[in-house]
Amino acid sequence: MIPSAFDYAAPETLAEALSLLGSAGDDVKLLAGGQSLIPVMKLRLADPSMVIDLGRIAELSGVRDDGDALLIGAMTPHHQVATDPLVAAHVPLLAKAAATVADPQVRHRGTFGGALVHADPAGDLPAPALAAGATFIIAGPGGERRVAAADFFQGYFSTAVGDGEILTHVRVPKYTGWGAHYEKFTRVAQQWSIVAVAAMVRVEGNSIAEARIGLTNMASTPLRATAVEEALAGSPLTLEAITAASAHAAEGSDPASDLNGDAAYRKHLAAVLTKRALVAAAGL
Amino acid sequence: MTIAEVGRARLRKEDSHLITGRSRYTDNITLPGMLHLAMVRSPFAHARITSVDVSAAKSSPGVVAVLTGSDVAAEQGSLPNAWPVTAEQKAPAHPAIAVDEVAFAGEVVACIIARSAAAARDAVELVDVSYDELPVVLDLEEAATDQVLAHPGLGTNTSATWVFDSGEAGTGKPISEALAGAEVLIERTFYQQRLIPAFMEPRSTVVDPTGEQITVWSATQIPHILRLMLALTLGIPESKLRVIAPDVGGGFGGKLQVTPEEAITVLAARHTGKPCKYTETRSESLMAAHHGRAQVQRLRLSATKEGIVTGLDVKLLADMGAYLGLVTSGVPILGAFMYNSIYKFPAYRFECTNLFTNKAWTDAYRGAGRPEATFAIERLMDELAVELGMDPLEVREKNWITHEEFPFTSVAGLEYDSGNYEAATAKALELFDYEGLRAEQARRREAKDPVQLGIGISTFTEMCGLAPSRVLGALSYAAGGWEHAQVRVLPTGNIEVVTGSSAHGQGHETAWSQLVADKLGVPFENVEVLHGDTQISQRGLDTYGSRSLTVGGMAVLAAADKVIEKAKVIAAHLMEASEDDLEFAEGKFKVRGTDQSTSLGEIAFATFSAHNLPDGVEPNLDSDATFDPQNFSYPHGTHLAAMEVDTETGRATIRKYVCVDDIGVVVNPLIVEGQVHGGLAQGIAQALYEEAVHDDAGTLVTGSFVDYLVPGAPDLPHYTTARTETPSTTNQLGAKGVGEAGTIASTPAIVNGVLDAVRHLGVKDIRMPCSPSRVWAALEEAKLSGGVQ
Ligand SMILES: Cc1cc2nc3c(=O)[nH]c(=O)nc-3n(C[C@H](O)[C@H](O)[C@H](O)COP(=O)(O)OP(=O)(O)OC[C@H]3O[C@@H](n4cnc5c(N)ncnc54)[C@H](O)[C@@H]3O)c2cc1C
Repeated sequence: MIPSAFDYAAPETLAEALSLLGSAGDDVKLLAGGQSLIPVMKLRLADPSMVIDLGRIAELSGVRDDGDALLIGAMTPHHQVATDPLVAAHVPLLAKAAATVADPQVRHRGTFGGALVHADPAGDLPAPALAAGATFIIAGPGGERRVAAADFFQGYFSTAVGDGEILTHVRVPKYTGWGAHYEKFTRVAQQWSIVAVAAMVRVEGNSIAEARIGLTNMASTPLRATAVEEALAGSPLTLEAITAASAHAAEGSDPASDLNGDAAYRKHLAAVLTKRALVAAAGL
Repeated sequence: MTIAEVGRARLRKEDSHLITGRSRYTDNITLPGMLHLAMVRSPFAHARITSVDVSAAKSSPGVVAVLTGSDVAAEQGSLPNAWPVTAEQKAPAHPAIAVDEVAFAGEVVACIIARSAAAARDAVELVDVSYDELPVVLDLEEAATDQVLAHPGLGTNTSATWVFDSGEAGTGKPISEALAGAEVLIERTFYQQRLIPAFMEPRSTVVDPTGEQITVWSATQIPHILRLMLALTLGIPESKLRVIAPDVGGGFGGKLQVTPEEAITVLAARHTGKPCKYTETRSESLMAAHHGRAQVQRLRLSATKEGIVTGLDVKLLADMGAYLGLVTSGVPILGAFMYNSIYKFPAYRFECTNLFTNKAWTDAYRGAGRPEATFAIERLMDELAVELGMDPLEVREKNWITHEEFPFTSVAGLEYDSGNYEAATAKALELFDYEGLRAEQARRREAKDPVQLGIGISTFTEMCGLAPSRVLGALSYAAGGWEHAQVRVLPTGNIEVVTGSSAHGQGHETAWSQLVADKLGVPFENVEVLHGDTQISQRGLDTYGSRSLTVGGMAVLAAADKVIEKAKVIAAHLMEASEDDLEFAEGKFKVRGTDQSTSLGEIAFATFSAHNLPDGVEPNLDSDATFDPQNFSYPHGTHLAAMEVDTETGRATIRKYVCVDDIGVVVNPLIVEGQVHGGLAQGIAQALYEEAVHDDAGTLVTGSFVDYLVPGAPDLPHYTTARTETPSTTNQLGAKGVGEAGTIASTPAIVNGVLDAVRHLGVKDIRMPCSPSRVWAALEEAKLSGGVQ
């Protein structure tokens, strides 16, 4: 478990990091919490010649109120996302999802931005970010650009962040007052999601005004369960309505088959877990 | 009056250093000038090696040498198999570094020796090995057809066929009669998936060749056997080898082996003349350290309509993997004696075919043969109950040996010395609330609750305390089963206990101290237990098969008895009394009817100074004892699992787990509790979580802990544990063994519980591990075949 030799730099500002990144060639890797990068380097599935550690760049970390949204620094550790009062008040879905990641050690080192850029189909942050309609702020040699969640996740372990770019912040609209739940299905407690469902609902009186649902590990990228969202908009707040709508959860999905279950099982789980996530989110 | 130590839940002596990071594992050892090894391993499960080009690796920075199979062909010998189960047993040569052919993915083809672990690792990629791929055989049932051979040179995949027949052995009737006359015949095939022992500390070896002797530190359960076997395999005089097992972080049978890596590290040290270290990565450990279980069990059980079992026929296919390790071939044979379990079957036949495949070899894994047997019979008893519409407990009661019937000679030929299955079962039922849970089960079925409840029963026994040497001899095992101990009384009256049974997590230091403290009447703290170094404990047969207390512990007691005997002679002399008038209690010899006494400490000092000893008495208070058990010990127990099955997701969850174990007299209840908990976890893991899976090419898919699912504390329930105490009559303490009990008992309890929850929905069987996707698939299949009642 020894990685190949590599050069290491730990810049203290974003500008410095970008300039290092620009001059270091294409064999460079950014290091955030290292919880995904270091294991693959140790297995020699990745052997960058240079590693740029983002850990000393203060401006990349923390949660800020930004009017109608929260601005979450890419280097904010999962633990902070899971326990931050602003997140709990305005986007509880993110807090709940972050709390299901691995174990306390991983949550203290692994970062929000790292998990999103890593874009593991079984990772727990992409689907909530998608469901919440987050905007990704990416810095590059030509300045800053903003990418909508729907365009950010591009494929298996691939995102809109290009070579020479750094994800700096994620802007997440506030969903104050919405019910939220992240229903994660695993075989052992500390495991990546076999399937998980991120659900937020806005309840008005006895009906569901709006629902936003993201699916984890149902394709190479996170998905929105749009058929369920449409079926629920304006529907009565009943178990029957939720169950009926949830049956559409797997529509348009393309899950993988592996040791934890084949595609048919995952599609079935998506429906069951969507129902459960919605029931919990709506407080039924 | 001192408090008795035996029976006291003492905190373990060894824990303070283990849990505060002051442990000394093999990998912590660094010697001056030490070189580091890294292995080049075959990516193919079966291939001919056409060339190995090490030139680039040799010139890589920091590399001192590269060893290939041909470099060491003349000196590496063949790794040992100590258990030729039949005279005709076939086995391929087993070189530590493959020479012409590799037979499983992960086999070592070259070894890099470098100045740093990093330099060694870097050079691995520079070794250019050319292979001609050969066809692989991976599936046991396919292996039995011999269409593809794991070792073409052997001409067959069958290593040996071993048979026990109660008709022929004279321990029962012929099975043919029982099957022919069966009123009820239950025929089932069960699959024991391949498991990986997954000990916490990866294997590691350090070899220092620079002194008079070659010193080997290794993460092993068996320093003594390793010393002998390395000497025999590599042609080193045994007296020139010293083996040390320092702190060892778990083994579960996985470190009961003489490994290629250990042999290679010795060879590397010999070639370079420098200390060498090898520590495997977790990936290497999962891939190349031996695996366990991996059997197909074809079973026929005959019974009367009243539920009385009349016979059991077992046909096993046992996966050896690519080679025969130390006891690979014997593991399924250990199970042969346990299929009849606690029951009085009149007829029994067992036939095991040991087969080679192109996978890592299998060998001992916690329970070794006995969990497989127990699973089969406990599953069958449930199937019989279902067939007859009886309560599964009632079927068991009808067939088990009652407590009045002990000692009982089983149909497999073992003499069970003691047991009380009724008492353990009664206690378990009470703690479990069997009736209440059955009622809840009925309610949930009635209500078509998405979460169904099932009750799993496992009434098990096992043979442990391996083993009477004569029995091992009769089974063609190469060695005996005795254990050795020394008790030394130091001049200050402190005691040193030397044991041949070397712990790797079990807590011998604490337990042996308790035994000796009671026996010699000295404070617990004054006893020091030494082990794990062949220069300190010269003789021993090490730790496995729940043998430590019942064999090793008895040797300690016997040695302590000898100390008392000798001290008595000296005490009588010192007090000018007759030996017959002395009594020994609480560490003192008293002259009966007087207030005259002398303590063991006083006698020890008098012996040390030797100024005034009786004629013919040697000036020491040391003793040696070697204990060879006359019989196994037979722990038993009743385990009950209430399983909730979520029929929507297929997830099976343990709602309640009650176990009542009868392990005889207990030395330290805390250690016992730990062993039971850990054992349960591993048995539950087989039932629900773990499986070593290979792809069609023979590559291990579950090559990391992301895919090989070892359950952690959050996945396991709070257990309700209790005990009954029926002492063993075959050792002076009345102890049995507890190291494997939980693992043996829990697997069938869990699977029986899962099936009991969903059988009414039409599910007949689910292969282990009963993962959510498998349970769900079984439910779907039952729906399709209209099995819903
Ligand atoms: C034992 C274990 C269990 C885990 N279980 C889970 C789980 O259950 N659910 C889950 O979601 N995750 C899990 N993880 C992964 C964890 O969430 C990681 O923290 C996350 O995937 C990566 O975040 P990181 O900060 O560690 O990133 P790193 O590992 O440092 O980086 C990951 C990748 O992202 C790139 N990167 C990082 N930050 C940036 C940035 N700001 N801009 C551009 N590129 C960047 C890196 O170059 C690298 O390619 C687990 C990890 C471990 C070790």
